[in-house]
Parts: sequence; structure tokens; C-alpha cells
Amino acid sequence: MTENNFLLKKIEISVSEAEKRTGRTAMNMQETYTAYLIETRSVEHADGQSVLTDALWRRYSEFELLRNYLLVYYPHVVVPPLPEKRAEFVWHKLSADNMDPDFVERRRIGLENFLLRVASHPVLCRDKIFYLFLTQEGNWKETVNETGFQLKADSRLKALNATFRVKNPDKRFTELKHYSDELQSVISHLLRVRARVADRLYGVYKVHGNYGRVFSEWSAIEKEMGDGLQSAGHHMDVYAASIDDILEDEEHYADQLKEYLFYAEALRAVCRKHELMQYDLEMAAQDLASKKQQCEELATGTVRTFSLKGMTTKLFGQETPEQREARIKVLEEQIKEGEQQLKSKNLEGREFVKNAWADIERFKEQKNRDLKEALISYAVMQISMCKKGIQVWTNAKECFSKM
Amino acid sequence: MEGERRASQARSSGLPKGGADGESPGGGAPFAGSSGSSALLQSEVLDLDEDEDDLEVFSKDASLMDINSFSPMMPTSPLSMINQIKFEDEPDLKDLFITVDEPESHVTTIETFITYRIITKTSRGEFDSSEFEVRRRYQDFLWLKGKLEEAHPTLIIPPLPEKFIVKGMVERFNDDFIETRRKALHKFLNRIADHPTLTFNEDFKVFLTAQAWELSSHKKQGPGLLSRMGQTVRAVASSMRGVRNRPEEFMEMNNFIETFSQKINLVDKISQRIYKEEREYFDEMKEYGPIHVLWSASEEDLVDTLKSVASCIDQCCKATEKRMSGLSEALLPAVHEYVLYSEILMGVMKRRDQIQAELDSKVEALAYKKADTDLLTEEIGKLEDKVECANNALKADWERWKQNMQNDIKSAFTDMAEENIHYYEQCLATWESFLTSQTDLHLEEDSEDKP
Repeated sequence: MTENNFLLKKIEISVSEAEKRTGRTAMNMQETYTAYLIETRSVEHADGQSVLTDALWRRYSEFELLRNYLLVYYPHVVVPPLPEKRAEFVWHKLSADNMDPDFVERRRIGLENFLLRVASHPVLCRDKIFYLFLTQEGNWKETVNETGFQLKADSRLKALNATFRVKNPDKRFTELKHYSDELQSVISHLLRVRARVADRLYGVYKVHGNYGRVFSEWSAIEKEMGDGLQSAGHHMDVYAASIDDILEDEEHYADQLKEYLFYAEALRAVCRKHELMQYDLEMAAQDLASKKQQCEELATGTVRTFSLKGMTTKLFGQETPEQREARIKVLEEQIKEGEQQLKSKNLEGREFVKNAWADIERFKEQKNRDLKEALISYAVMQISMCKKGIQVWTNAKECFSKM
Repeated sequence: MEGERRASQARSSGLPKGGADGESPGGGAPFAGSSGSSALLQSEVLDLDEDEDDLEVFSKDASLMDINSFSPMMPTSPLSMINQIKFEDEPDLKDLFITVDEPESHVTTIETFITYRIITKTSRGEFDSSEFEVRRRYQDFLWLKGKLEEAHPTLIIPPLPEKFIVKGMVERFNDDFIETRRKALHKFLNRIADHPTLTFNEDFKVFLTAQAWELSSHKKQGPGLLSRMGQTVRAVASSMRGVRNRPEEFMEMNNFIETFSQKINLVDKISQRIYKEEREYFDEMKEYGPIHVLWSASEEDLVDTLKSVASCIDQCCKATEKRMSGLSEALLPAVHEYVLYSEILMGVMKRRDQIQAELDSKVEALAYKKADTDLLTEEIGKLEDKVECANNALKADWERWKQNMQNDIKSAFTDMAEENIHYYEQCLATWESFLTSQTDLHLEEDSEDKP
């Protein structure tokens, strides 16, 4: 099918609009939600112009469904995260309400970012369900569910929650898990403090606004000082108002960091999958080894391992040679099967490690680039804030000196 | 008539030099400059020693007149004229330098208190020496202020720092409180020294120069506590009357004072709040930088970048601290002083009204022929003079005060703006150099990758 030749270079994806909608839930209760318009354009190489090929509306829960599907079908991939479900790390002025227009706007950008990340991923971009997500409005949910990924997902979820011990853990994956824990912890901490700093900065700027009003009232009784006071007061108002834009920009920076906070979880998921596979492998190997041993014991007549059959034999008398032969035969079959399974599991495991590690390397490079860019953009924001500050206070100083 | 008579031994025994010691109470020829009525109390004559010029020629009988070198109506004696001329010739030459420093704690069985060292350097002839060092406690400052107010009821006496600060006082003698107070006391004395009239006040001189025991005995001379209390009660009662007949210019002055008081209080609150917010911002920022260093420990490729960001944030943090201290050292005390001034102005207004009320009540009494009309007419004459002096003193001092206020406010806010500019410039430089280093690095890396 054509979707196999699907490459990002040929298309542009954007989440261009957000719209409030009302509908009915499965329980027939009224609900309000936001729908996002996804537009896809194919880029004509000849003249570089893009033509709108598809446009459809999706809500956040559908994005979640897509991601869960990708998680199940591509366990070795560090799957890009979605923007947060609920607003966290908010400083006091910022709304934690999901319907707040600023939150919706930031979410729109986050969703677009998600789609772009998936579309630029060498493996994920070829996925059919992803393609349909962008192009097939109706029935998409049913299509996804028909893949039966939910079943896989359920068992995967159980596995993720289960605690088990791997005897021979892969050092690289252990280090990676450790790294992802650290990343999550440090970014959370950073975001929390940043929110508090933003709060305080907001306070400093806004209090200066009070000067504006008081200076204006004071200027009414002053003859010589009046003009200077009044105009200085105006600049104080400008100063106080400037913080709103500054902090809005900073919120975008916070979102960039948040993406990597959530990426840490995706990393952990890959590690977990590996652990699971490893555990599975070890269990299979253990099982095979015990069966081989049983077989050997039966053949040689020595009992080293406990078996129920052995016990009953002791209690109720020896079994016949025929019975023993039969048992050996069964075991040999099982052993043969087990060896096959082990072989394929090993193969699977090595494939997984190879692919996972390739994606992790890709991810690492992307992360380094993105974080460095984010930090630089933070510096740019600070510079802009300082320049604005210098301007306002220089103006104010001039007014004061004219008093 | 109020018996605001001063005990005649008032000042002479407080002087370091024994020149006037032998003065008999009530003796000495009064300079005839005053209206010469019998109500004029024995005026003190300061002995003219070789180097000593007269500081004041008339007794500070507050009930009758106010010594004000600006008033043309003021009857003058030759000597006081000499003083006046001297003053007008050299209006800008400062010849009295005062510093307040070295707070020291003293513990007695009854109490603990702080004294401050006051060093005075002067070239004035009327001072026995060119340098004095004394120790004074807050109570002494209160005494001085009281004396100045008594002597010059319609002059604007500079404010003293508050007795206590209600909010947030953990310990009575914490370092910040003492330092703030010290600076305010320094300002207080210097303002008096710069005031054309107050600078020559006798009690002021005693305050600056007398040894502890001398000051104590000097203080004991003066109207007792009871009479001063009596004054206050009468003052409140009579000031209302003075308001009714207040001349237009003083109505305007009063309106100004009311609005000014409101606004300066608000400015004070806002400024304090800004300081508080900046402090809290600083506290959070202190934690912000180090997190980036922590992060760099797990990111081998981002170590430089993260550590640089941390260092930038720390530098901005330091700049914030500097901005904060600029605020607390310059703007806050300046604004707060004018908050206190606004209270003082209201007091001055009241006292002026009070003096007028005295006159008005006599006039009323005359109208209703309540008492001996001859005596009343005489008293009214004197009171009219008194009111005129008081009004003129206030008017002149008012202009001077307004000019000072304008300069002080202008300078305080200009400095604050300058501090903010400097703060942002520092932060800008920090982040710009970070940016340069990052883009330079980037170029280096690129060239390294090329074959």
C-alpha cells in the first residue's frame, strides 16, 4: 500500500486550530471537550508549494489511543510523549483549568509537536494506524481497536506493574533506567522551582504598578514635581504590564522541558520491556534445564530432584519400565520444543536489544540537541527581559530627574 | 494666660565653660528689643567671652515669641543682627559636622539600653572646642526634639525614628533595627544642623557637647511633666477653634499636607512590599542555579551548557541582592522619613492653629466684655504679634521644607531607577556572554566534525 512510502519529507502536518465542543459520553451525560484540527499538506517538489490533502478533527483522548497503540506495537522505540493531561507545575497566576484558552493553546502546540516527532521517526512514520489517524476521520477508533492491541496492552500493563528479579541484567539497560530516573527527578525539581521563581518575579513586577496610580494622584498636588511624577508613574505601569508576555514565553520553555520529563517515562518503558523479555528468557531457560535434568534422572535412575511422580513411586511402588519410557519420550518432546523456543527467544532478545539500542542512540542525540537549544532559548528570553527592563527604567529615571 | 514660664536657670549651667555660671536668676539687663512689657520674663544674657558670639539673645519664652531670623517684624537687638548678617553672608558654608555611630549596649540593674557615639566637628566660635565626642541614648534625642518643638512650635522639626516598630520585632535590639535607627538619628541631627534657625539652638549645642552628668542636670531644668501634660490637653481643646479662622494660605497648606500624607504612606507601603517581593524572589533564585549543576552530573554532553546556565543564574542572583540592598539603604529610609515628616507637619499645623485659637478666644472675650477690656486689649496685642511670628516662621520653613522634599524624593527615586538599570545591565551582560560562548562552541564542534 502507498503508506509504506510515507515519508515526512513529502508532507507537512500541523495542528492549526482548537475548538470547544459539547457531546455525549458513553453514559449519555453531557460533556464539554476541545477538538483539534489536524491538517496535512503534501509538498509538491516541483514548485515547493503545498496542497492541502487532509483535514480532520481529533480530541486528546484519540491522541492517547494512538500513543498507547504505538507503545504496544513498538516496544523497542522511545515513543514521543504527549503534552500533559492536566496542567502541572503551575505558578499561581496560571490556570490549572483544562478549558483555559492559554492551556488549550499550549496543548495545541504540544500535540502538533507530538505528530511531528512521530512523523520524523524512521520506524514510527511508516505505521498504518498513524497514517489513518491523519487521514481517516470516521471509524478510526474502531480500526485501532480491531488490531487487538488492547489485549497485548493489558498483559503489558500487568507486566509493568509486576515485580520480578532478573538474574543477569544487561548493564547498559540498568544504567539507562537509572539515567531516566535521574532525568525525571531533576527536571521535576527544576520545573517546580522555576514555577516558584516565576511567581515571585510576577510579584515584583506587579507591585511596581501601584506606583503608577499613587504617583498620578500625588502629582495633582505638586506644581514643579507633578509632571515628572506623572510620567514616571506611566513607566511604572508599563514595567508592571511587561511581565505577562515575559512569563508567557517562559511557559513555552517549561513545556520543552516537560517533554523530556515525559520522555524519561518512555525510556523507562523500553528498559522495562527489555527486563520482561530477559526475565521471560531466564524462566524459559530455567524450565528447560529442569526438564533436561528430570529426563536424565529418569534415564539413569537416580533421583536428585524432587518430583511428585518420584514421591508417589516411593510410596506406592516403582513404575514399570514402559511407564518410564513413556515419560522420557514426553520430556524429550518438551525439551525439543523448549530448545526451539529458547532459540527464538534469544534471537528475539538480541533483535530487540539491537533495535532498542539504535533508537536510544538516536534519542540521545535528539535530546542533546533539543535541550541545548532550549537552554539557549532560555538565555535569549532573559536577554530580551533585561533589555526591556533597561529601557523602562531609563525612561523612568529621566522622568524622575526632571522632577 | 498659660504659665509657660521657663525657669531662668535654664541654659547657662549646661555650658562647658563656666562663663555664665555666676549669673543670678532673673538678673542681667534684658535687651530692650522685645515689646518691653512686664510679661517679658527675665531674659538670659549669655556672657560674651572673647571668642564667644551670641547664639541667641532672647530667652526662649515660647508663650510670647519665636526667634526667627527671617521675620522682618522681629524686633532685633544689635547682637542678633550681627548673627543674621553673618548667616546671610555665608549661607552655604557648612561649619558643623556631625556623625552618629558605634552603638553600644549598656546593662544596668534596672534596664538595658543602647547609646550612640556622636562626634561633632565645628569651626564655630561659640563652641568651646572644635571637636566633641559624647554618648547619647534615644531618650536624649526625644528630649532634644521636645525642646526644639517647645522653642519653635511652628517650625518643622525633623523626625526621629520610631520608638518601636510594631510588626516583626523579634528582639528589641536586633542588629538591623539598631543600624536603621542609627542612620535615622544621624539624619536627624544633620537636618537640625542644616536648618538656618535650629542650628543655633542652645539645647542642640548642649546635646552635642555636654558630658553625661551635665546633660542630666541641664535636662532637669524646664517645665515639669505635669505642666507639659496640661499643655497637651489645652492644645487639643483649643486647636479646633484655630481651624475655623485659618487663613487661606494655611488652608491650602493643610490640604497639601493631608494629601501628601496619604500618598507618601502609600508610597512607603509599596516600597516596603517591593523589597519583600524582591527578597522572596532572591530566596527562590538561590535554589534555581544549583539544580542545573545537579543535572549536569548525569548529562555528559551538556555539562558545559548546564554549568554555564547555573553560573549565569547565580550571577543574576547576586545582582538581585545588590538591588535589594540599594533599596533598603536609600529609598526605604528616605520615603519613611517623609512618612514621619507628614505626621510632624500635621502637628505643626495644629500648633499654629492653637496659637491662633488663643488669640481668637481673647478676641471673643473682648467682644462679650467678659473681663477687663484694657487688659484684654493689651493681651490681644501681644497675641497678634505672636500669631504673626508663628505664621511667618511656618511659611518660610514650609517653603524650605518643600524644596528639600522635592530634592530628596527626586534623588531617592532617581537612585532607585539607576539601581534597576544597573541590575538589568549586569544580568544582560551575563546572559549575552553565555550566548556567545555557546554559539562559539557550536562553531568549534562543527569544524571538528568536518573531515
